[in-house]
Amino acid sequence: MNLKRFIGRDFITALVAVVLGLLAGAVLMALIGRNPFSGYVYLFRGGIMSIERVGNTLATATPLILTGLSVAFAFRTGLFNVGAAGQMLIGGLCATAVGLTLVLPKPLLLTVMMAAAILGGAVWGLVPGLLKAKFNVHEVVATIMMNWISYWTVYYVVPAYFKGTYLETESRKIPDAASLKVEWLTEMFNGSYINLGLFLAIISVIVIAFIIDRTTFGYELKAVGFNRHAAEYAGIKANRSIIMSMMIAGALAGLGGATFYVGYASNMQIGVLPSQGLDGIAVSLLGGNSPWGVFGAALFFGLLHSGKGFMNAMTRIPPEIADTIIATIIYFSATSVLIERNWERLKRKAGGAK
Amino acid sequence: MWTVIVQVFPYAIAFTIPLLITALGGLFSERSGVVNIGLEGLMVVGFFTGALVISKLEISMPEISIWLGLLAAFIASALFSLLHAFACISLNANQVISGTAINMIAGALTVFLARNMTGSGNILIVHGLIRRNVPVLSDIPIVGKLFFTQVYATTWLVLALLAVSWFVLYKTSFGLRLRACGEHPQAADSAGINVYKMRYIAVMISGAFAGLGGAIILVTYSGEFTGTVSGLGFLALAALIFGQWKPLGVLGATLFFGFASTIANVSQVIPALSSIPGILLKNFPYIVTLAVLVLSSKYSQAPRASGEPYDKAKR
Repeated sequence: MNLKRFIGRDFITALVAVVLGLLAGAVLMALIGRNPFSGYVYLFRGGIMSIERVGNTLATATPLILTGLSVAFAFRTGLFNVGAAGQMLIGGLCATAVGLTLVLPKPLLLTVMMAAAILGGAVWGLVPGLLKAKFNVHEVVATIMMNWISYWTVYYVVPAYFKGTYLETESRKIPDAASLKVEWLTEMFNGSYINLGLFLAIISVIVIAFIIDRTTFGYELKAVGFNRHAAEYAGIKANRSIIMSMMIAGALAGLGGATFYVGYASNMQIGVLPSQGLDGIAVSLLGGNSPWGVFGAALFFGLLHSGKGFMNAMTRIPPEIADTIIATIIYFSATSVLIERNWERLKRKAGGAK
Repeated sequence: MWTVIVQVFPYAIAFTIPLLITALGGLFSERSGVVNIGLEGLMVVGFFTGALVISKLEISMPEISIWLGLLAAFIASALFSLLHAFACISLNANQVISGTAINMIAGALTVFLARNMTGSGNILIVHGLIRRNVPVLSDIPIVGKLFFTQVYATTWLVLALLAVSWFVLYKTSFGLRLRACGEHPQAADSAGINVYKMRYIAVMISGAFAGLGGAIILVTYSGEFTGTVSGLGFLALAALIFGQWKPLGVLGATLFFGFASTIANVSQVIPALSSIPGILLKNFPYIVTLAVLVLSSKYSQAPRASGEPYDKAKR
């Protein structure tokens, strides 16, 4: 009963935040002299009006599911993973490196590539985890530093070893055997970007939900998140939990990087930190840090991102409106206290009228 | 080596100054007990406002448009930081999440507005600030060459603000109260200090300084609003911790970042450094930051109540 009410309230808070975010977007569109109504119609039509666009929406959402899951998982242990962008980059780099080097049958090659991405991301999560557990270095600063280290690593490693055919600033295209795109799926969605990454993301959601809700390990992680000292007093090794949590979070984001760079895209650009890293925080917050909540939030943000190009083409509203809406939603989620307070007041009023 | 230093010095200082003023802003906020991870976004707001004002005014009033732009950035970011202050102080929101939201809103909103104005999303200003020699002082050997030759006026402005900040924080009752709010807000409250008000002021100072930092990037080495300050706000945050939340420490930390980054950027043309792989030079500041944070973690002196919403009931 209690639990049900809690979930219900979380859901309502998220919904109100979304509505407020969309309203803020409408105000902005009106401010620059465009019609918000047609803006939203084109935004959503751009995301779902054909089977190909639905596929693109799902493909856009795929890395968001994984980075959102990464942030949410660390959050359960009380850690704030701002490093999903860097973990994605390293995961993508590892997968690309394997894909461009090894010649293997597709299923085997993809397995090795995904393992490499997971490993790379895990290492990138492990470092801040270790620093936090052993030296109490704030994970926010540590993960931000790790983001820049991966940024510069990709910046130099890609041109040095995997230089593109025409451009210095991108890697060679991976061969078909190394791509997460598969023919039957691409054909089913009329040639969209959708790829096997979506299934990897869904499997990850199921696995993480199981770990968090049904295992002792997950219980320990949550206990550390609630109160590190109490958990330690109860015999839980808090340091180990922190390190493991950051490692798994990094692994998830690393896998997300693979689904982006060898699934959605087919090469890597240098000099770009992927925006899915910060968006992962948004996804996690809107999803209430629960795996299935993350899944839903990622689909929603994927829709906004995949529809913004169409909206821009039809109405000349700058595509950054999507990012603005997402950012506003996060602000309203962060200040959910305000929503909850007013919700309670509203309920009390309604109760009084009865 | 001497010629290398003389050559690198102006660039390193130009890079250090926006970092310094932003970190100094963060210092006010954190010393009052509010973590401000939104510095990056507040810099972007200043960057944008500066570009907007200067590009509109530089034809009609070329003499003062730059200074008006800096002032506008200062005010706009202070106002924008109220979003963070309201969430953290009045609503007890998670400060890190609110700061992240500030970064995202600033980055998206400014580019949205800029794109609506120029199409490309970049705003160019025609004239930046001009480097000048300081009369008389620039003739002093060594020191004159390094500090008083070809300097931007903003460098002196920021150094003056650094001195004023130090004085305000340590020599005035306002500073004492502000620091008390970051160490033990309950005690501060019972001594009659309005913790909420102090924290609002501190967050607004951090916004104003970060905005000034963003606008200084524009008028010194950038010349064009591009929608991002590429992580400088986060670097300022690291410098704040590296500098142990003290004005002079922050000065040292930002100087270190300024020189490390500049040397990495110009390493190609310096024979002594061109043999070191770029990947090492570029990553050097970040790796050293992590190492310093590890080393200083034992005796780290973060403001004790930093990051905690003030709860009157706990008094």
